[in-house]
Amino acid sequence: MSEVLVVVDHVDGAIRKPTLELLAIAKRLGEPAAVFFGGSEAAAGAAAKLAAFGAEKIYVIDDTEIKGYLVAPKAEALQQLVEKTSPAAVLFVSGYEGKEVAARLAIKTGSGLITDAVDVAAGSAGEGPVTTQSVFAGNFTVQAKVTRGTPLITIKPNSAPPEESAGAGTVEEFAVTISDSAKTAQIVASQPREASGRPELTEAAIVVSGGRGTGGNFEPIEKLADSLGAAVGASRAAVDSGWMPHTFQVGQTGKTVSPQLYVANGISGAIQHRAGMQTSKTIIAVNKDDEAPIFELVDFGVVGDLHSVLPAATEQIEKRKG
Amino acid sequence: MNIVVCVKYVPDATADRQFTSDHTVDRVGVDGLLSELDEYAVEQALRIKEKADDGTTVTALCVGPEKAVDAVRKSLQMGVDKGVHVLDDAIAGSDYIATSLVLAKAVEKLGAEARVDLVMCGMASTDASGSVVPAMLAERLGLPQVTFAAVVETQGDQVRIKRDSDTATEVIGATMPLVLSVTDQTGEARYPSFKGIMAAKKKPMETWSLADIGVDAGEVGLSVAWSEVAETTERPARTAGEIVKDEEGSGASALTEFLASKKFI
Ligand SMILES: Cc1cc2nc3c(=O)[nH]c(=O)nc-3n(C[C@H](O)[C@H](O)[C@H](O)COP(=O)(O)OP(=O)(O)OC[C@H]3O[C@@H](n4cnc5c(N)ncnc54)[C@H](O)[C@@H]3O)c2cc1C
Ligand SMILES: Nc1ncnc2c1ncn2[C@@H]1O[C@H](COP(=O)(O)O)[C@@H](O)[C@H]1O
Repeated sequence: MSEVLVVVDHVDGAIRKPTLELLAIAKRLGEPAAVFFGGSEAAAGAAAKLAAFGAEKIYVIDDTEIKGYLVAPKAEALQQLVEKTSPAAVLFVSGYEGKEVAARLAIKTGSGLITDAVDVAAGSAGEGPVTTQSVFAGNFTVQAKVTRGTPLITIKPNSAPPEESAGAGTVEEFAVTISDSAKTAQIVASQPREASGRPELTEAAIVVSGGRGTGGNFEPIEKLADSLGAAVGASRAAVDSGWMPHTFQVGQTGKTVSPQLYVANGISGAIQHRAGMQTSKTIIAVNKDDEAPIFELVDFGVVGDLHSVLPAATEQIEKRKG
Repeated sequence: MNIVVCVKYVPDATADRQFTSDHTVDRVGVDGLLSELDEYAVEQALRIKEKADDGTTVTALCVGPEKAVDAVRKSLQMGVDKGVHVLDDAIAGSDYIATSLVLAKAVEKLGAEARVDLVMCGMASTDASGSVVPAMLAERLGLPQVTFAAVVETQGDQVRIKRDSDTATEVIGATMPLVLSVTDQTGEARYPSFKGIMAAKKKPMETWSLADIGVDAGEVGLSVAWSEVAETTERPARTAGEIVKDEEGSGASALTEFLASKKFI
């Protein structure tokens, strides 16, 4: 069976959840082989986890000459690995980095690229994997496959549940050469995001969001979120008003979320916001305008003032939890 | 300085977007416009020009069908100096790979007289939303990429940006020439003024075919795409949910009930 390369997304060796989802998808397509960029110390810590979630092999690429620069060196390294291993596919987490490394790799290796898949299945014999994408703000699903080169696929978080099933996890150091021309866009500074203490927006099972209707007071949103163990999100209007940092934005130019439950409060439901949350399993809205378009999407809606509905609901939830 | 801004003509997101029978985006039957996210790139290009105050030229470059000339025209009205529209029937249905090839060849042609210092893009097209064309362009042109800028700063030939990745806020720096993509965090795009609209009519505007930029028709278009769409399906409309009106606290109780019934509590 051919290898399916999974490019590992990690912070100092701590594997982020979407990588584990990719390993589960890789298993459907062939033999999962993780590609880890980092020092040997970080790799040693990560290897056990990658193996536990199905990695048969773990290619470790020393990142001394890679980490200080934006994407181009990674694409070069992957080109060398792809040429050596001829994988059945290369899977990336859909994010700035995953997409851009994949984009450069596509040109370098003459391979087709599919971005933002929400599902991937094995293709019929002799054919590449079949991807599912959700497009036009979630109004259409598209089935596609790569027809040339090595299928390169970027996959959105939450596209498959991680599966704990041990793989061999054989570690292999892979030496690469990075050209000077790839080392031109320098990462001058990098400030890790402070942990909010809440689940990560794109990974959370429940997201509670606030919009312009909060009037800048996110306390009712945050308290409801905490009572449900949820992540907090925001509309662009709330972000543009300076009420919440951009990293909380849900929508076309923010994060795409697809949780079990999405609660939109004081958010009208513009198409660009929908683009980031329309595929949530269950949707609830609280809005004082009964004609707000968000109500077209909901499973349950309350026409009312979020500033009274949310605190009361939070209190009742806390009571029920006992 | 010589700046090229890549602007895409896209179907209006608020209209009823559709696919055609060959599964390509319907760019004719649905009203289109200059991608809103590319307006931010035009805006940043104009701000860089204004700051440099050295006779910088900004060229809007668009690859697309006949109507796509609207995207170039709007850019001219906003204040760019000249426009180039690459128009050729063979381009229809092109994927990212072919689109980036056409853009790269057009940038090379524009750079034949004077070096192109900055190739600017939006963070994503509002139809394909791939966010991959800028990186592909950088790869094809052999340039550094400085992408997804939330804040752009230039000084002489140095570019610095701030960007919010998933796990960190990063500062990226590089020396021109380079490819720069900007997000909608960079600052509101200007509206064309009446003066701008009048002035645009007199600005140079060229239409190039594939032959003009030295691309073979066999390298682009749907039939040679490196990926293939087998099926497009419209998502079934969500079934109408239950909507209650909050009266003296009834909304909160009903909401809590609903959450409990779905086992979210
Ligand atoms: C290119 C582009 C990209 C964009 N990307 C995004 C994106 O990524 N994410 C995004 O969200 N938007 C995005 N937008 C903006 C989008 O079009 C909307 O403007 C935005 O989503 C509106 O935010 P909102 O719903 O919070 O505000 P509004 O549309 O102003 O809605 C506020 C809602 O709050 C309700 N309300 C007011 N007071 C109360 C109260 N006390 N209690 C309950 N309800 C109340 C009102 O009835 C109203 O429905 C984008 C736009 C463009 C052009
Ligand atoms: N056909 C096109 N013509 C001009 N610019 C384009 C075209 N397609 C993509 N671009 C540029 O590339 C950016 C990213 O596009 P995409 O990778 O499709 O999301 C856009 O914001 C544009 O700046």
